[in-house]
Amino acid sequence: MDNQAIYKKIGSIGFGLLDPITNKKMSAAKIVTPELYDREGYPVDGGLMDIRMGVIDPGLRCKTCGQKIKECPGHFGYMELARPVIHIKFVTLILSLLRGTCKNCGKILIPPEKIAEHAAELKVLEEEGGDEERRKFITDIIYASKIATKCPHCKAKQQKITLEKPYTFLEDDKRISPIEIRSRLEKISNEELAIMGVKGESARPEWAILTILAIPPVTMRPSITLETGERSEDDLTHKLGDIVRINQRLFENINAGAPEIIIEDLWDLLQYHVTTFFDNEIAQLPPARHRNGQPLKTITERIKSKEGRIRHNLAGKRTNFSARTVISPDPMLSINEVGVPELIARKLTVPERVTEWNLEYLKEFVKKGPENYPGSNYIIRPDGKKKKITSETQESCVEELQPGYVVERHLMDGDIAIFNRQPSLHRMSMMCHKVRILPGKTLRLNVAVCAPYNADFDGDEMNLHIPQTEEARAEAEQLMLVQTQIISPRDGLAVIGGTQDALSGNYLLTGETEFTRRKAIEILSSAGISEFSRLPKKEKITGKEIFSILIPEDFSFRGETKDGHPLIIKKGVLMEGRMDSANLGEGAGLFLRSIHKQYGPEFTADVLSKIFKLGIAVLMQHGQSAVLSDLDLPHKTKESIKKIIEEAEEKIDDLIVEYKKETMDTLPGRTLKETFETKCLETLNKARNKVVNAVSDSSVEGSHFENMVRSGGAGKFLHLTQMAACVGQQALRGGRISSGYKDRTLSAFKKGDLRAAARGFIAGGFKDGLKPADFFFMGITGRDGLMDTALRTPKSGYLYRRLANAMQDLRVEYDETVRDSGGKIIQFQYGEDGVDVSKSEKGKINVKRIVENATGGKTQSRQSRDVRNSPEAN
Amino acid sequence: MTSTKKTSKHELIPVHEKLSDTEKEKLLSALGISFREIPKIRKNDPALAEMDVKAGDIIKISRKSVTAKNTVFYRGVTDV
Ligand SMILES: [Mg+2]
Ligand SMILES: [Zn+2]
Ligand SMILES: [Zn+2]
Repeated sequence: MDNQAIYKKIGSIGFGLLDPITNKKMSAAKIVTPELYDREGYPVDGGLMDIRMGVIDPGLRCKTCGQKIKECPGHFGYMELARPVIHIKFVTLILSLLRGTCKNCGKILIPPEKIAEHAAELKVLEEEGGDEERRKFITDIIYASKIATKCPHCKAKQQKITLEKPYTFLEDDKRISPIEIRSRLEKISNEELAIMGVKGESARPEWAILTILAIPPVTMRPSITLETGERSEDDLTHKLGDIVRINQRLFENINAGAPEIIIEDLWDLLQYHVTTFFDNEIAQLPPARHRNGQPLKTITERIKSKEGRIRHNLAGKRTNFSARTVISPDPMLSINEVGVPELIARKLTVPERVTEWNLEYLKEFVKKGPENYPGSNYIIRPDGKKKKITSETQESCVEELQPGYVVERHLMDGDIAIFNRQPSLHRMSMMCHKVRILPGKTLRLNVAVCAPYNADFDGDEMNLHIPQTEEARAEAEQLMLVQTQIISPRDGLAVIGGTQDALSGNYLLTGETEFTRRKAIEILSSAGISEFSRLPKKEKITGKEIFSILIPEDFSFRGETKDGHPLIIKKGVLMEGRMDSANLGEGAGLFLRSIHKQYGPEFTADVLSKIFKLGIAVLMQHGQSAVLSDLDLPHKTKESIKKIIEEAEEKIDDLIVEYKKETMDTLPGRTLKETFETKCLETLNKARNKVVNAVSDSSVEGSHFENMVRSGGAGKFLHLTQMAACVGQQALRGGRISSGYKDRTLSAFKKGDLRAAARGFIAGGFKDGLKPADFFFMGITGRDGLMDTALRTPKSGYLYRRLANAMQDLRVEYDETVRDSGGKIIQFQYGEDGVDVSKSEKGKINVKRIVENATGGKTQSRQSRDVRNSPEAN
Repeated sequence: MTSTKKTSKHELIPVHEKLSDTEKEKLLSALGISFREIPKIRKNDPALAEMDVKAGDIIKISRKSVTAKNTVFYRGVTDV
């Protein structure tokens, strides 16, 4: 706006105490009356709303600087206090100074030699803990030396000085008035103060006893006008009003020569009001309240805590061009897209600069206006003035539009957005997506990106931000786009991968399946693939051949499936093994990692989308539903499970006998009882694992449950077992359930019953039904789990916050050292091995493959080369 | 629980060595830093109990690492 700004570089900032003379000099007004406004509602001269201290009413001009509301920054005023009062924030400083110096001559109460003795210690203390620590140490020395009762300089006798909280100083139980304190502090020379860690030039201690009170500008305590037309003053103005009123009464009483008791009382009251003006949450003082009983928010409360100026207004930012709603899934979106409802798209805008080439294009948006999508909401003139497009201004806006203008047009397909879900614990919690405008009222995302956001659709909400400048958009697109985030910096593996149906589908496909050519093409095209030239020229096509279409022709890979079988891909053909969560899933897939390494993020994202859609397409053809009969076990298995459980229960009975007879060998460091419990738990867990194996061995080949489990899409055999055969031991705090009633878990059991069933072992499965006691046991562990999560989340959240704040400015320098913002070394080599984890595979560098690639597949026998020396490490 | 075993011999205490003046200069110039930027260790640290060190010395510590097999790092000695 104005180009007359003067630029200066701040060399340093010094902090000190405000002295009365400067205070008067910087003030624009002297405040003498508690009245605020006259009968016309005009601010009274010398009142707390004096217009020399700034204006808050539109139409008025500041008497000091002549500017109007919002232009005038406000000016301080001052008030003369009838009697000095102590500044509550400096009582500890005053106390240590009073204790540390002679009441008579103002010198420090220890001989100078003694200070020299401790000089080195003091220096360290000051470096580590600052002036506060240094001062404390000196007063400690003074108190430790016996001469403290007598001044080593003038031999005056010293009394013990104590602080009666919050602000009364006592000398041998006799009160010292602020006037007396002030005169004692005045005696201390700047040199003596320097030893105490106080810089006398900028902070004379007597200035901590207020004789003049600075009145903050009106602009920082504006009044608000209620609908009734009544004025409601700010809390600070209320508080200042109290101070002025008491101060006036004190003046009057002193002048009238009132008895000392009355003056003392008023003085005390003044001290109280000035104190609560600074801080209304002093432990020993009743807080000053409004008439309705709610405490006043004074200066300290404005600054501190989560709702204070620092954390709320300065550290916490609010932003425009953002949206937040419930999210829902959309498998038809690509992984780097976000579905945005039209309703939101009409509110969020992108500024586009008008040039002679896009003039006509942008005019269309202005013509449509804010109501019709895709339209525009504002035009910005070259001078920066913003003009709202309404039905009235619409035509004139279209006409005046010319190069140099900016049009804020509605959000459209392909625009850049940043998508976020709290708690934003890692960088993948904020990723860049491309906008797709969709009908409906929710934000939509591909299910594959649920993992990095940790999102589900049980009511989760997410935030969307629209970058407003070319630079911001470019940065977001280059650095934050979903595909650039596929590989996690935590372990160098994919964080985005197949889940649920996508895994089951691909597992099914890559098994021993065969399709007609027609069917294969049908499946592939519903997965969005239209290039079939690589499909083998024959009538019957296997699932593995279909999957191979997605793999690049020159890609070779050797891995392991989830159940330990080899997975072999040779020159773009899946030769052996089925695709499952070990290779397609997030956090595990070395398959995805290798694709990413060889073909880059764009390609990986594309392959991932195709694999995802292929899996779903296969399931659509095949069908996927769970049937109760999937949980039916063969008679033989049932018998063997029954035997396993019976054996376990018998073994528990044996253990009980051993325990009661005390013939059991105790484990090292455990009592007999603990040993017994450990052994019980061990026995039962072993039995349950045997049952799980029995179930997985006999589960119906090709059942939908089995398909889900084997592919890693959802559930484990453990869960199948819990439904079909045996729920197992309910563990509470690492042991069997033991509490409840005296010596028993429930009144349904005998006292001292230690058998499996009486201590939370559920022998049956969900399908066959639970016994009444079993329901109780499950209820106990269920609640315990709920409690645990409810209590753990805020704790770990706070721990994380502290860690993040402490480490946020650490960085890896070019010499691979980790340093803080001050250049101090934190680690001599990043991670001790200098490996960039995000460019590794699980923190390791695959030297073998690098050699293979370098030599064209011929593996050399010398593999023990130092990982860090390999040139292709990164 | 009195032990005659020296702390420096304990398997959990990594090897602490004092750098010579030339080594010290070399390290500081290689890192482009002054003594101030080096992480600190107190003179009375148990690991230094049997060593003749003073404030301003630099200690080289070599220990086993989970990520690298062995790692070397440095601490500057301070008083108190
Ligand atoms: Mg949720
Ligand atoms: Zn002004
Ligand atoms: Zn004296």
